[in-house]
Parts: sequence; structure tokens; C-alpha cells
Amino acid sequence: MVQADVVVIGGGIIGSAIAYGLRSLGCDVVLLDEGDVALRAARGNFGLVWVQGKGLGMRRYAEWARQSADLWPAFADELHARSGIDVAYRKDGGLMLCLGEDELNRRRWELAQLTHQAGPDGYDCTLLDRQQVQELIPDAPLGDEVSGGSYSPHDGDCNPLRLLNAVHHAFRAVGGQYRPDHRAETITREDDGFTVTANRTVFRAAKLVLAAGHGITHLAPQIGLQVPIHPERGQVLVTERVRPFLRLPINGIRQTDEGTIMLGSSAEDVGFDERTTADTMRHIADRNLRALPCLRHLRLNRVWGALRVLTPDDFPVYEQSVSHPGAYVATSHSGVSLAAIHAGPVARWIADGEEPSEFNQFSTKRFHVSGTA
Amino acid sequence: MFRARHDTPPEDGVTVTIDGHDVTVPPDTSVAAAALLAGLDHVRTTPVSGTPRAPYCMMGICFDCLMEIDGVPNRQACLEIVRPGMTVRRQDGARSLGAAP
Amino acid sequence: MKTEWDVVVIGAGPAGLTAATEAAGLGLDTLVVDEQPAPGGQIYRSVEAVHTRRTKDAALLGPDYGHGLDLVRRFRDANIPYWPETGVWQVTEDGELGITRAGEAGLLKARRIIAAAGAQERPVPIPGWTLPGVMGAGGAQVLFKSAGMIPRGRTVIAGTGPLVLLVAGQLSDAGAEIAAVLDTVTQADYHMAAGHLFSALKASDYVLKGLAMMVKLRRRGIPVHAGVRAVSVTGSDRAAGVAYTDPKGTTHSLAADTVLLHDGVVPSTQLTRQLDCTHGWHHTQRYWYPVTDAWGTTSCETLAVAGDCAGITGAKAAEASGRLAALDTATRLGRLSAVNRERRAMALLAFQRRHTAVRPLLDQLYQPRLSLPAGTPDDTILCRCEEVTAGAIRAAVADGCLGPNQLKAFTRCGMGPCQGRMCGLSVAELIAAERRVPVMQVGYYRIRPPIKPVTLGALAAMAPTAPAPPDPLDT
Repeated sequence: MVQADVVVIGGGIIGSAIAYGLRSLGCDVVLLDEGDVALRAARGNFGLVWVQGKGLGMRRYAEWARQSADLWPAFADELHARSGIDVAYRKDGGLMLCLGEDELNRRRWELAQLTHQAGPDGYDCTLLDRQQVQELIPDAPLGDEVSGGSYSPHDGDCNPLRLLNAVHHAFRAVGGQYRPDHRAETITREDDGFTVTANRTVFRAAKLVLAAGHGITHLAPQIGLQVPIHPERGQVLVTERVRPFLRLPINGIRQTDEGTIMLGSSAEDVGFDERTTADTMRHIADRNLRALPCLRHLRLNRVWGALRVLTPDDFPVYEQSVSHPGAYVATSHSGVSLAAIHAGPVARWIADGEEPSEFNQFSTKRFHVSGTA
Repeated sequence: MFRARHDTPPEDGVTVTIDGHDVTVPPDTSVAAAALLAGLDHVRTTPVSGTPRAPYCMMGICFDCLMEIDGVPNRQACLEIVRPGMTVRRQDGARSLGAAP
Repeated sequence: MKTEWDVVVIGAGPAGLTAATEAAGLGLDTLVVDEQPAPGGQIYRSVEAVHTRRTKDAALLGPDYGHGLDLVRRFRDANIPYWPETGVWQVTEDGELGITRAGEAGLLKARRIIAAAGAQERPVPIPGWTLPGVMGAGGAQVLFKSAGMIPRGRTVIAGTGPLVLLVAGQLSDAGAEIAAVLDTVTQADYHMAAGHLFSALKASDYVLKGLAMMVKLRRRGIPVHAGVRAVSVTGSDRAAGVAYTDPKGTTHSLAADTVLLHDGVVPSTQLTRQLDCTHGWHHTQRYWYPVTDAWGTTSCETLAVAGDCAGITGAKAAEASGRLAALDTATRLGRLSAVNRERRAMALLAFQRRHTAVRPLLDQLYQPRLSLPAGTPDDTILCRCEEVTAGAIRAAVADGCLGPNQLKAFTRCGMGPCQGRMCGLSVAELIAAERRVPVMQVGYYRIRPPIKPVTLGALAAMAPTAPAPPDPLDT
């Protein structure tokens, strides 16, 4: 039997960031992860650390994403210092491109909504015309259909695989116990905590954090929670390496620090099918070539499908179980953008009960309102 | 690194330009073979560390023979067959988008 | 472009040619797509050109090679649609194939796919194997077959398998300067194997041909060093020599301008891996193969495999397996009764048995020993594309990496353009050795499309087959 203060279930980017944060606060933490092949949204990630556009319909989430972006520079430095790994975080701002007038008009309307929703604090994102967009990415000539876009100085990107690796390294460097090949099977409550069985080993801890992505569906009821999540497939294309030419990340087009170009993405309701399809690949290539035709001679290296972990309103869930105090659940489809806030404020909430303001907005209660809203 | 057993007279072969030098090879020869005949010791340097590489497998597996063919970089030279007038160049490191036609 | 076919055969080596000829003969609407410019595969590469335009080279390549011409002629005579220089970048369970042809991408639909993708030379991660001047011995043979080219300067051939002595003999006949052959098989192993053959397997001539070749090389004064170990290539910017250890443990070095390596061949599994077919592990020859029934059907019923991509059995056995896959396909598609399938299969199965009977012995004799992943020095590159060393992989395992897929995320190993073709085998074995678990437990990369290069422009220009999906999320 392994004893700890906290058992974190889920070695993806959410579970790892929370585990790292908890360990940094002095908790004795065990992080349980699956084996070589698993449903891993964290390994399919696009790598944006993004603010603009997030939270339309939930002001608290818009603020939350912005707060994480504010914490990110220090988080990246800290990870570098503790793991020796540079996650290639850059925060030079980010672009959303619009093709045609309809998309630009919709973007204008969304920004107006977000600004209105933000109230007196304002919403720091600028609508740009075509010329202004081109000036921001001078080495990437825009396609004829590009009508404009929007720019936020708070956006950025990182290398998501290296981020996951760095968080794992940092977690171990500060004394955390990482257990790969330990898929959590059952959770039971005992008088003074929880018992988790994984790969024939029993783990006991006073607190338990469930950050297992799609694994939450069958594990959450064991801690008295109903978390309605569903998979949504996103396909991502990645090309051969190119010399640096794209100064800013764009929603859907990002040049990695290694030089490859990532192109996204799709949103498909296909259950747990992770396969790629020629039609969606074609659609992603077509959409992004209309934005940046200079990419057309690039060869694809790889295409993958990964399953986003989505709640009914796409916003995150953070909640402590009422029936099983000491058991927490955390899920979001923005594990990279929110990594800094998960390692900081969310870890403090779990460790010390220091609850962020208006935090109950992130509970599952919003899905369980009686009647038909 | 390699030589031809028999010279190919220009009228029987295909003449291509490799790194500025004309070389005549039998029809159906791959670009990688032509590059070796032209005397190229390596056909590219890697984007990761800049070390030189030459064709290794000659059957489309290893991707070490990537070359710029008629202005398009990163083509598998062992799978491309010579065409008259083709221009082939060694490539250094990662390609540049500006190099594409 | 005609897009709907009863059968699409991938590859035009011995298995692909016989599969296509048989399938078309049974009335199936058959297409052959081939990455190469002309039929023959690697074993009979350029066989038409050699026999029409380069008859002197044909004599050097011998009658075994000339047999390929019969297969190609029968295929040509049947007027089966043949698309050379065509790459397959994705296959699906329902028989959709993504292809590139003349720079354009397109989609085909087949009721059945027969993959005859052949084999590749086993990658040999030894020190110095990425240097210019180093090439696969099979690669050098391709240069000879396809373009009449031979290595310049002092050439050393190292490794194991029938091809090592064959290539040494052919290149020497063609005028190359073979400075030495470094054979990882010991003299004693050869004698033992020869004894077995004479008593039990008189029909087989594989090893005897090798021994005859060895005698020929000796007569020419070409040293053949048996039982060598720890082969490495020396040189800084290009190969300058080879170092090795003899059976007594003494280290030697040789100067060399060209070094040809060969550690046997392994099935090309990129297609079956991309479809996530069930694979097994060949313990003696240390390779993965798709698990099939007697007809070559994989765990994905749409796909049959034939020839060496189903497991290394050689060119003759491949002919039978191609025809068997075609017979079963005809039955599945309602063109041939099961009874007639069995009846026609009898002779093929007997032929196949005769040509595979020698395999266990060959597999045992020619075990891959040039590269032993567990013993790979830390600074030797395993992943040529991303330049990931054995040491970096060992470090990742020490950090909790359990298998090749996590390794990608940890190190970028296997994420370059070759998509793991050059490192997948060694990586799985190295991780298994480090973790002290069987290779089967470590597994292989999940292979993602496109398995052959396709440009974004070609992809975007394909005709859509479904309406545009809804807009994606912001991130």
C-alpha cells in the first residue's frame, strides 16, 4: 500500500499541473497515469495558450483564461528552472483570421458581446482589417479571402509535448511520485480518506483529485459526482519543418519552435473514434490554404485525431464532492492554456481550501438545474 | 561514392542539372542515383543538427535523400525519376517557404 | 480517374504481380498501384529495362533475377490497369485509399485491398551509420539493378543474410573493389547449417548458393571475415573506415570509401500499422508481422497482405501468397465458390510450403547481429530524422516512459518524415531491454497518416466527398 496526502488520477496536462502545484505547496502527492496507449487529449494538443474568444456566455471563464495567461510567463520560467526543459512559451500575442465578410462580422459581434460581458474591466482584444493583419505577419502573405481578424496581446503558444514532459519532470524534481501504467480502477471512501486501486496496487490518501479526462465518466460516480462530459474529435495536421516565417500563432495555424506547421482543427461528434478521415484532412488543408496560400507546397508529416473532453457548455468543471468531502474533480478542454492556473490557484484551493472568487460557477450544478431552461 | 559501369551517351540518356553540373544518366534512373553519379557526397544537411546525409535505403524508406527538385524542396530523390532538363539541388537544413515556386 | 474497383493491389513485386494477375483472371476489376516506376518490386527491380537495354548487366544478375521477367510479362499481357509512381497515404477499414499520383491527391474505393508492400532492410543503428558513404547493401543493389551503378573505391560489406554474399559477388563481378566482407555469422554456424540442409532439405539451394558465393569471393582474394561483432563506421563528415571485433575479441579496423550494411530484411508494416491490424513478433528475426489467416487476411477483413510484408518468406513464396490472397478475395466477392478456392489453392499451398520449409533454418542462421539494440552505445543515433540517440531513449525510460508512443512525446523520436520506419524496431527493442519486459509488451508506434508524402495543396485540391464540417472551437 502506498500512502500519500493526495492522490491525483490522470497524468495528462491537467492532472500533472495540479499534482505539481500541490507538491510545490508541500503536499505528499502520488500521480497515477495510464500506459503507452491511452486516450490522451494532452498528446493531441495544438499548443495555444489562448485568451481571445474564450468565455463567451460565461464571464468568469473569460477572466479565468486571462488570469492563467497572466500567470503563464512566471510558470514557464519556473518549469524551466525546475525541469531544465524550455517549453518554448512565447507571448507575442495571437491572431484569429477571418475569411470573407460574414466571418469578420461574426467576429465583430463576438468581440462586442465579450466586451459587454466583461463590464467595466473591458476586454482587451482588437478587431483588425486585412492590412493590419498582414502587418503583424509580414512573411506570410495572406490569401485573397482574408477579410481581417482579431488580435489579443495576451495570447501565446508553447510546445505542448514538452510542456507535459516539463511538468512531469518538475513534479518529480520537487519530490512527487509519478506512477505510469497505473490506471485507476476503483475508488472507495474510508473514514479518513480514499483508497484507489490501480495496477494491483492500493493507494491511500486524505484527498483525491480526479483529472482523468474521459476516465472521469466512470470514476466520478464513485466519489458522488455526476460530470456530464462527452468526446469531440479534433484532427490536427502537422507538416515538415520550415525555417521560421510565422511570427504569431493563429487559431488553426501555428509554427512550432521546431519549425513544423500545425494546422487545425476539426470538431466532430464521432464517439470515441480517434481515427483520421481524408475528408476532414482535406477540409483543414483547404481552409488554411485559403488563409495562407504559401503553405501549399508543404508536405504533411502526420495527421492525428484526438478527443477533446467537453462539458455540455464547453466550460471547465472544478468541484469538491459534497457527499465525499476531500474528493475533487477538474476537467477542461484547455489544459495547456489553463496549466498555469491549475498549478497555482487550483492547487491552493485543493491544498488549503483557498477558494477562488465566484468559484461555484464552475461546479456541475449548472448542468443539473431542474426544469427546461 | 558510386560510378556507372557504362557511360551513357547524351543521345541515349537523360541530361539533368545537379548542383549546377550537367550529368547524363540512363532513362528510368532515380534522381538520387543521378546525384551520386554527379559526384555529390551528401545531398542535404539535416534540419536538426546540420550534419550531412546521403541516400541510404534507395527504396523510399529512410527519407535521407530529400532534395530540391525543380524548385520544390524535400522531395524523395530515390523515388523521383529523372526527366530531361530537371534541375536538382542539394538542400541545407529546413526548407524556406520562399523557395517554393 | 476511375475511382471504384473490386480490388486494389498495392505494390508490384512478385506478390503484387501474381495477386493482380490471378484476381483479374477471375474476373475482378483490378488496379495495381506501385510506388516504383516499373513493375518488379525491389527483388526484380528494373527487370524489363535490364533485359531489353542492358543485357550485360542481366547476365551478372543471373537467372533468379531473370525469372522476374516472366512474372512481369504475364502481368503486362493481362492488360491490368497499372499506376506506377503512385503512393498510398491512407487506407481505411471500408476500403478507401488516399493516393498521390503525378503530384495530385485522390481517393479510391476498393471492395478489397491486397497489400503487397514488400520488405525493407532492417535499420542498423551502429555508430557512424548516418555518415555519407554508408548505405544499405540492398540499396546498393538497387543502384546496380536500376542504373548499372557500382560503388567507387574501397568497399566493405558488413552484416548477415543471403544478400550480403550475393551483393558482394555481383558488385565484384561488375568491377567494384570489395575490400572485405564482414559476416556476423560464424564459420561453425555455416557448417552446421549446411549439414542440416544436405540431410533434410535437399530441395533448398538458398544457403548453398551463399556458400558457393563465398568460395568465389575467396578465389578472388576478397577476405570474408566470419563471426564479427561490434561493427562500427568511422569517419567525421563521411565514412572513412570500419572497425569490428573478431571472434577472439580482437578489434580490427579497415579503411573504406563505401560501407554497405545489411542485417536482413523485415516486413514493411506501415499500412497494416496505420490500420491498427493485430501484429505478432518474430522472435528469431526480431520483427513485427501482421497476423493473418492462411489466405493473408488481416484482423481488418478488407485488407489482405501477401508477400514479404506478411512475414519474410522470400520471392518464390510471395508468388503463391499473392495468388492465395486473390483466390480468397474472389470468393469473398462472390466470383469463386469456396470449393473451387480450396481446389485451386492446393498446389499453391504445396509450393508455398516447399519454399518456406527452409525459413526456420535461414532465420536461425542469419539472425540479425549487426545491431543489438540493448547494446547500442549511448551516443549512437536510433532515430535518423530527429537525431535521437540511444542514450536519450534510455533517459526517457528512466523517467517513466513505457513505450514508443510516450517516447515520441518525450523525445520526438519517430516523429520525423520517415514516420518511424528507420527507428521503430530498434526503439521497441531498446525500451524492452531497459524495462526488462518482452517486446510484445512494449508495442509499436501508432502510425498516423499520411504514410507517404502528400502536400497540403494536393490534399486541399481533392474533390470533397462530404459537406464541410461545422466550425471548430477556438482552440
